[in-house]
Amino acid sequence: MNSWKSVLAATALALASATSAMAARTDIVIGIPLEPPHLDPTASAAAAIDEVLYANVFQGLTRIGPSGEVLPDLAESWTISDDGKTYTFKLHSGVKFHDGSDFNADDVKFSLDRARGEKSANAQKALFAAIDTVEVVDPATVKITLKNPQGSFLYNLGWGDAVIVAPESADTNKEKPIGTGPFRFENWAKGSSITLVKSADYWGEPAFLDKAEFRIVPDAAAAVPALLSGDVQAFPFFQPDGVAQIEGDPRFSVVVGATEGETLLSMNNKKPPFDNLKVRQAISYALDRAAIVEGASAGFGKPIGSHQSPASKDYVDLTGMYPHDVAKAKELLKEAGLENGFKATLKLPPPSYARLGGEIIASQLREVGIDLEIIPVEWAQWLEQVFKGKDFDLTIVSHTEPNDIDIYSRKDYYFNYDNPAFDKVIGELKVTSDEAKRKDLLGQAQKILAEDAVVGFLFELPKVGVWDAKLEGFWTDAPIQANDITKVKWKD
Amino acid sequence: MTAYLLKRIAIAIATLVLASLVVFAVLEIVPGDPARLMLGMNASAEQVEQLRTQMGLNDPLLLRYLHWAGDLLTLDLGRSLTYSVPVLDLVRERVAVSLPLALIALALSAVIAIPVGLYSASRRGHAGDTLAMGAAQIGVAIPNFWFALMLIYLFAVWLRLVPAGGFPGWGNGIWPALKSLLLPAVALALPQAAILARVTRSALIDVLNEDYIRTARAKGLPYRAVLWQHALRNAMIPVLTILGLQFAFLLAGTIIIENVFYLPGLGRLVFQAITQRDLIVVESVVMLLVAAVIAVNLIVDLSYAIVDPRLRGRE
Amino acid sequence: MTLPVDVSREKPERLVARAFANRSFVIGFVIAVSVVAMALLSFFWTPFDVTKLVIADKTQAPSLTHWFGTDHFGRDILSMVMVGARNSIAVALVAVGIGMGIGVPLGCLAAARGGWLDEIVMRLNDLVFAFPALLSAIMITAIFGPGAVNAIIAIGIFNIPVFARVSRAGALAIWPREYILAARAAGKNRTLITLEHVLPNIATLLLVQGTIQFALGILAEASLSYVGLGSQPPMPSWGRMLFEAQTRMAIAPWMAIFPGMAIVVTVLGLNLLGDGIADILDPKSRRRS
Repeated sequence: MNSWKSVLAATALALASATSAMAARTDIVIGIPLEPPHLDPTASAAAAIDEVLYANVFQGLTRIGPSGEVLPDLAESWTISDDGKTYTFKLHSGVKFHDGSDFNADDVKFSLDRARGEKSANAQKALFAAIDTVEVVDPATVKITLKNPQGSFLYNLGWGDAVIVAPESADTNKEKPIGTGPFRFENWAKGSSITLVKSADYWGEPAFLDKAEFRIVPDAAAAVPALLSGDVQAFPFFQPDGVAQIEGDPRFSVVVGATEGETLLSMNNKKPPFDNLKVRQAISYALDRAAIVEGASAGFGKPIGSHQSPASKDYVDLTGMYPHDVAKAKELLKEAGLENGFKATLKLPPPSYARLGGEIIASQLREVGIDLEIIPVEWAQWLEQVFKGKDFDLTIVSHTEPNDIDIYSRKDYYFNYDNPAFDKVIGELKVTSDEAKRKDLLGQAQKILAEDAVVGFLFELPKVGVWDAKLEGFWTDAPIQANDITKVKWKD
Repeated sequence: MTAYLLKRIAIAIATLVLASLVVFAVLEIVPGDPARLMLGMNASAEQVEQLRTQMGLNDPLLLRYLHWAGDLLTLDLGRSLTYSVPVLDLVRERVAVSLPLALIALALSAVIAIPVGLYSASRRGHAGDTLAMGAAQIGVAIPNFWFALMLIYLFAVWLRLVPAGGFPGWGNGIWPALKSLLLPAVALALPQAAILARVTRSALIDVLNEDYIRTARAKGLPYRAVLWQHALRNAMIPVLTILGLQFAFLLAGTIIIENVFYLPGLGRLVFQAITQRDLIVVESVVMLLVAAVIAVNLIVDLSYAIVDPRLRGRE
Repeated sequence: MTLPVDVSREKPERLVARAFANRSFVIGFVIAVSVVAMALLSFFWTPFDVTKLVIADKTQAPSLTHWFGTDHFGRDILSMVMVGARNSIAVALVAVGIGMGIGVPLGCLAAARGGWLDEIVMRLNDLVFAFPALLSAIMITAIFGPGAVNAIIAIGIFNIPVFARVSRAGALAIWPREYILAARAAGKNRTLITLEHVLPNIATLLLVQGTIQFALGILAEASLSYVGLGSQPPMPSWGRMLFEAQTRMAIAPWMAIFPGMAIVVTVLGLNLLGDGIADILDPKSRRRS
C-alpha cells in the first residue's frame, strides 16, 4: 500500500518537474555598457537611465514605438483642438504606481509642471517649452494648452524625460524609482547590476518575463565572453567590434538595425586650415568610407554623404559627391597652398566607432600628407574641450538625436560653421508644415552641407543587437536609446 | 624597543600627512572645474560661481586643505559626483569585493608558493628545482591581464565552470560570490606566487647554510625534521614580510584585473572615477589605499622588530 | 643586502668565462640582445608598413606572407611586434633612466651625508612607496593625458625610490671600508670619494636592479597601454595590441598570442639576465645555485 503510493508520488513529482522544465524560462540577464548615474529619467540626460527604465518601469502619456512612431501609453486617447494649441488627454483608469498609490490626472499635472518648472533638473526642458498650462479636468482627463502649435508635441511627451512620476516618490526616484510600468524596480547593486521584477498589479498587458537583471558589462572585450559563457543572454546595444566572434554561432541572433546616429568626422570650421573649403573638401576626398564602415562598424554602418539618416523619407543620397580620390585630395591641398601637408590633432571620445574610426582615418589622411596626432579623451573632457570649449581640430562623434540637421545653424555650436544661406533654409523649414515643401527644404539643407564639406560625413551608426537565439521581442532599430523588454520572451 | 615603536609610528603618521598633501596638490592642478562638472554644460557662469563658493572652492588653499584633511579624518568623505551618494557608502560596498579578492589571492599565492619554495630548496640543483624555478620565472613575466584573458576563455567560455566576469553580491549566497572571485584571484595570485616561491627558496637556502642547521644535522636529526622544525620557521620571516607587502600591493593592484572581470571593487571604482573626473571619489579611495599600504608596512616593520631584536638598532 | 665583489679587482677574462658558464645569464643575454636587435631592425626594415591599414586583409591567420597573421585592420602582426618592441624598450629604458638619474644621486647623498639629509631622503622614499604604483600611474596618465611621455614619467617616478634605496644601502656598505677611510684621511671630499670609489663599486648592484626595473617597466607600459593610457596609435604597442585582440580571441587568437609572447619572453629574458649578473658577481652564488 505504502509502496505504490510512494511510487505514484514520485511519478507525479517527476511529471511536475518535467512540465516545469518544459515551461519557458522567465528570467533574463541583459548586458548594458554604462551604469546609470542614478535612476530618475526626469533628472538627467544619461541614456543609460532610459536603457533600464524606459517603458519598463516608467511610462509617459505617450511613448515611442519600435519604429519611432508615437503610441498611446498612460493616455488612452487624445483630441487636438483645431488651432493645434489644446490637447485633451483621456487617461487609463485603474493604473497604480508600484508603491500602491493610484495614478490620476493630478500626477500628470505634477510631473509636467515639475519638469518645466523654474527649479527643474530636467535635462530636456526644451521639450516642454511650448506648454502654457496643464489643467486637471477630472481624475481621468488632462488638458494641456500650448503657447503655439507644435507638430512634435506628442512625440516630445514620449521621451524618457517626460514620464509621469508621483509627487510622493519624485524626490527618491534617483535611488528607488517608482513608476507605473509592467516592471518594478527591485535592487541596484552599484557597479554591478540593476534588477527589475514583474509588477503583479500592472494595469495593462503583463510582461512575459518575471525577472530581468541589467548587468553592467563595460566593453566588447568583456561582453563577448559574458555572452559565450551564458552569463548574459542579451546585449541589445552590442559594440560592432565584438560581433565577428558571435556571428557564426547558431546559439545567438545578431540583429542589425538603424539608429538616428550620423557619425561624423567633425571639423573646426573657424580654425585654419579647416576654415578653407578646399582643405575640407580635400579631407572628404581622402576618406575611404567603405574601409571606415568596415573597420569602425564591422561593415554594418550605412555610408552617408550629408547629415540625414538613410532610413529617413527625406534622405538625399550625396555619398557620390566626394568619392575616395587621393590624387584629387592632394590637388586640392596644393591649391590651398598646403602641398606639403600639415599637422593636426584628432580628439577621440571613448566609443569604439570613434577609437577604431580614428585610427583608420588617421591612416587615410596620412596618404594625402595630413599628419594627425590621435588624442583619446573621456566624455567629460570631450564635452568640456571639444563641445563646449571648441578647442579641437578634428573629432569623431555620432550625433544620435533624431532629425537634428538644424544643429548646423545653431550659433556657437562646436562645428563653428556659419552659412547664412543654410540658416535661411532651416529658418524656413521651422515654419513649414507642408510635407512636400519640407522634403524639398531638407534636401536643400543636406546639399549645402555636403557642398561645404562642413564635416567628413562617415556613416549612419548601426544598432547591433545580439541575444540568445531562443529570445524574441527585442527592438531591431533604436529610434530612441531604450531597452523596451515588455514584449521579450523565451520561445518554447 | 618603545622608542623604536614610537619612531616607526611617528614616521607612518608623517608619511600619511605628506601623502595627503601630495594627493591634495595633484588634484588641485587637475584641469577642469569641479563645480562646472557638477552643473553640466548648460549652467551659467553665475550658477557655477555660486556653487564654487558653496563648495568652498574659493577659500584660501591652506584652509581648504585643512578642511579636506579634517573631513577625511572624521570619515566625512563627501558625495560622489557621478553616483550622488556618500563616498563612504560606495567605498564600503566596494571593499566588500576587493578585500576578499585580495585575501583569496594572497592565500592562493601562499598555498602555491611555500610548498614549491620548500621543495625547490630541498632539491636544490635537481631537475625538479630547475623546473619549478623556471616556471616561477615565467610566472613573474606574464602580464596578469593577459593571463586573465586566457583563464576566462578556458574556464568560463570553454568549460563553463565559473562566470566570465561580474559579481552577484554577497547577498545571493556565499558560493556564487566566491565562484566569481575565483578566476580573478588566480590571475592575481600567479605572479605573486612566483615571486614568493623564489623568496621562500632563497630564504630557506640561506637558513640551511647557517651553522646551527649543520649542527642539528650533525647531531643526527633527519633532514626532513631539520627542514620543517628549524629551517622553515626561521625562513618564515622574509616570507611573511613579502606576504605583507603583497597584501598591500594586491589591495591596490587589483585595478586592472577588476576591469577585466568588471568586478565592482575599489580598483574599478577608482578607475571609473578617474575617467569621469569624479575627483571626490578618487582622492578618498587613493587616500584609503595609501593608508592601508602605510599600515601594512608599519605592521610588517613592527613584527619584524619583535621577531628579530637585532634589527631594532638599525634603520 | 649582499654586496657584489668589487668588479675592479677581478680579471675581466675570468668574469666573462664565469658569465658564459651561467645558464640564466646566457639565456637572458641572448633574449635581450635579440629583442633589442629586433627593435633596431624595425627602424630600417619591417616586413610590412605598420602605419598602412589594409582592411581587406583583416584577421588573416599566420601564413608565409604574414608569419604572425594580421590584425583587425589588416596590419602585419610580426611588423607590429617589431615596432612595438621599440616602444616598450624606449618607455621602460627612459623610465629606468629617470629612476637612476634622480634616485642614485639621492641615495649616494643620503649615504655620504647621513643625518637629517639621510632622514629626508628616506622619508621621501617612504612617501612614494606608500602610493600604489600602478594605480598612481593610471591616475597620472589619465589626468594629464594618455601618451608615451606621461607613461614614462608615471613609471619613472616609481623607479626613483627603488634606486635611491639600493644605492644608499650599497654605498653605506662601502663607506666603512679601509680604502675609503684612507681616502678620507688623505683629505678627499665626500663628492669625490662618491664619484671615484663608491659609484664604481655599486655599479653592478645598480645594473642588476636596473635590469629588474627595466623588466617591470615593460610590464607596466603594457598594462598602461592595455587600458588605453600608453602610447597612442599609429605607434604600435604590445599592451594595446592585446587590448585589441581580446574581442577576437576565439576567431583570431594569433592577435593575442604573439604580442603576449613578446612581453613574456622579453620580461623573462631581462629577469634571467638580472639573475645571471647577480649570480656571477655574488660570491655566495656558488653556494646558492
